[in-house]
Amino acid sequence: MIELISPARCTGCNICVSVCPMDVFQPAGSGRADGTAPVIARQSDCQTCFLCEAHCPDDALYVAPDAETVTGIAEDAVAAAGLFGSYRRAIGWTAAHRENRSADQTFRLLAPH
Amino acid sequence: MATVPGAPVSSSAASLDLETDVLILGGGPAGTWAAIAAATGGARTILADKGFCGTSGATAASGTTLWYVDPDPAKRAAAKASREGLGGHLADHGWMDRVLDRTHAAVGQLADWGYPFPRDADGRERRVSVQGPEYMRLMRRRVKQAGVTILDHCPALELLVDGGGAVAGAVGVQRQKGGRWTVRAKAVVIATGGCAFLSKALGCNVLTGDGLLMAAEAGADLSGMEFSNAYAIAPAFGSVTKTLLYQWASFTRADGEPIPGAASKGGRSVIARVLATEPVYARLDRAEPELWAAMRQAQPNFFLPFDRAGIDPFTQRFPVTLRLEGTVRGTGGLRLVDGTCATAVPGLFAAGDAATREPICGGFTGGGSHNAAWAMSSGHWAGLGAADHARALGNGTRTLRRAGGAGLQDRLRGGHGGVIDAGGLTRAVQAEVFPYDINYFRTEEGLTGSLGRLDRLWTDAAGAMPASADTILRVREAAAMLATARWMYRSALARTESRGMHRRIDHAALDPAQHHLLTVGGLDEVHVSTRPAPVRLDPVRLDPTEAGRELAA
Ligand SMILES: Cc1cc2nc3c(=O)[nH]c(=O)nc-3n(C[C@H](O)[C@H](O)[C@H](O)COP(=O)(O)OP(=O)(O)OC[C@H]3O[C@@H](n4cnc5c(N)ncnc54)[C@H](O)[C@@H]3O)c2cc1C
Ligand code: SF4
Ligand code: SF4
Repeated sequence: MIELISPARCTGCNICVSVCPMDVFQPAGSGRADGTAPVIARQSDCQTCFLCEAHCPDDALYVAPDAETVTGIAEDAVAAAGLFGSYRRAIGWTAAHRENRSADQTFRLLAPH
Repeated sequence: MATVPGAPVSSSAASLDLETDVLILGGGPAGTWAAIAAATGGARTILADKGFCGTSGATAASGTTLWYVDPDPAKRAAAKASREGLGGHLADHGWMDRVLDRTHAAVGQLADWGYPFPRDADGRERRVSVQGPEYMRLMRRRVKQAGVTILDHCPALELLVDGGGAVAGAVGVQRQKGGRWTVRAKAVVIATGGCAFLSKALGCNVLTGDGLLMAAEAGADLSGMEFSNAYAIAPAFGSVTKTLLYQWASFTRADGEPIPGAASKGGRSVIARVLATEPVYARLDRAEPELWAAMRQAQPNFFLPFDRAGIDPFTQRFPVTLRLEGTVRGTGGLRLVDGTCATAVPGLFAAGDAATREPICGGFTGGGSHNAAWAMSSGHWAGLGAADHARALGNGTRTLRRAGGAGLQDRLRGGHGGVIDAGGLTRAVQAEVFPYDINYFRTEEGLTGSLGRLDRLWTDAAGAMPASADTILRVREAAAMLATARWMYRSALARTESRGMHRRIDHAALDPAQHHLLTVGGLDEVHVSTRPAPVRLDPVRLDPTEAGRELAA
């Protein structure tokens, strides 16, 4: 489930508000992108799809793997484990990891083994 | 069902009022391919999604393998034969040929549009799979470039029909902007995906069967709804129901004792039986370490739960569960009447998981490839079909009314004044469809008992309205799941044999006399009838023992 938005990392672009398929977030304040982090308004609606993380340009969100329960993990722990932005790097959506976009090895796994 | 109740449409009730040639409901692979086809053919096209076109739906979150087969006759023949028995010999060779051709062309287009397909050691591009976020981000871009208007966070609630019963648009809510939307259209494509009953399977909580209910209210019927009990393996704590890599898993009890016969492919029901009474653990210890890196690169999302929970799935055991994916990786859905993916109702087309996939895989899909190919192909044809229909219809004035029923019946529409609590109804439906002993291992007794309870829930819901206006989407989702469950179990009761993924404990063998397809429809009264299975081009002798084999993948 979505656990946290790091206020220090977040630039308030509201991309996560738009892309979340379950409409979990609420824009802060005026509702315009004004630099304030959105609010996790409907946490229990989260379907743990990790797509807000994939689309956040600033690696500011963390989705815990637990689909049913809130873990309450702290931002420091997420940062210390190197988890901010880890999904984006894995799919090659950061500048430094572009080669991962075409790294899909499924064709090797489908072949007879 | 031209007599469905419904108030006339007044534009003042809607805060967004649009008019178009083609309206696509749902923006997953099927909806986006449909939108591109319709708009490229010159039709004015609007696509409305419950969530966000590009992240919403099963594919965006999951990624898929593709039924991408070179146009070499031997390879094509092998591809078609490979699922024949698993699907219970219900697939249609004509449709399979079309879908193989169309998928090959569509995947070629993806490559032309810049999808970054990987290359193998020989430098050859390999096009047998797509990563979900990458694929659907590209599809959104192409939909926009085709000139389609996208309405994100705009779930449809009900269809509009004209005086003759033809579908003429839809009405929904603007989840983020507030207020309603109304789109009058000359043709509508239902591409709202399958129904996974809010099980939290990966990307599936937007998939509650809404399009099936809306279409049935306008008079469409369905097919193959007995093939609706796909259960997928996931870590017990998590949502990631990707199953390919479990072919390298061993499954054990809490004390570490191996579970005989348990496997992802061909032994999933063994896992279900043990899970009914005790936890089951998995470890991917049958994968050689040389393969580990490739597995990570193939499915980055598979490893998210493990990396975040601090589990090494290759060396450490973790508890697993089976999450219901319902019709998403089942094959039942709206019945198509021709190759344009038209439904039985004029002006209404269906594509992707919202449509029956029996034409290409009969009663079984499970692990991979066919569903994605079907979404690309049926989406394309439905988009073209809808555009043609719109063109032929011309510009006459039509009086429209809303076709929606259950959950929308305020007193203006002749409702009984009762209200639906969405959460309560959802939990009641889940209690009938989640349990393995009702839905996985089906019996006449289990199905009949469940149907009695579901029918009573329907009697209350049919004439009711939401408890409050802001719960209207959740109420309609609950009503759609209820309707879907009733179509599933009526069909399952009627098929007194085991075929495809439909497994009857009290009729464990395949019955050659039931080599037919089941049509199901109706809301207050659900009715099932049989249609002949497609005539196979190269008949294979039916083997009655085949369905007795384990069919999970
Ligand atoms: C974990 C997992 C793995 C899979 N792996 C494979 C695989 O390897 N190979 C394969 O072939 N298939 C696979 N599938 C199946 C495949 O993902 C689906 O067949 C495919 O996504 C179907 O496309 P679709 O467009 O019909 O539906 P979806 O992609 O589910 O999209 C449906 C869209 O409709 C929208 N919607 C729903 N209700 C409404 C409404 N009321 N109004 C407006 N919009 C609405 C949703 O928001 C969503 O965007 C997998 C599925 C899962 C869950
Ligand atoms: S997408 Fe990231 S940076 Fe933008 S508002 Fe959301 S959390 Fe903040
Ligand atoms: S994980 Fe998915 S459902 Fe949950 S907040 Fe992020 S995008 Fe939304």
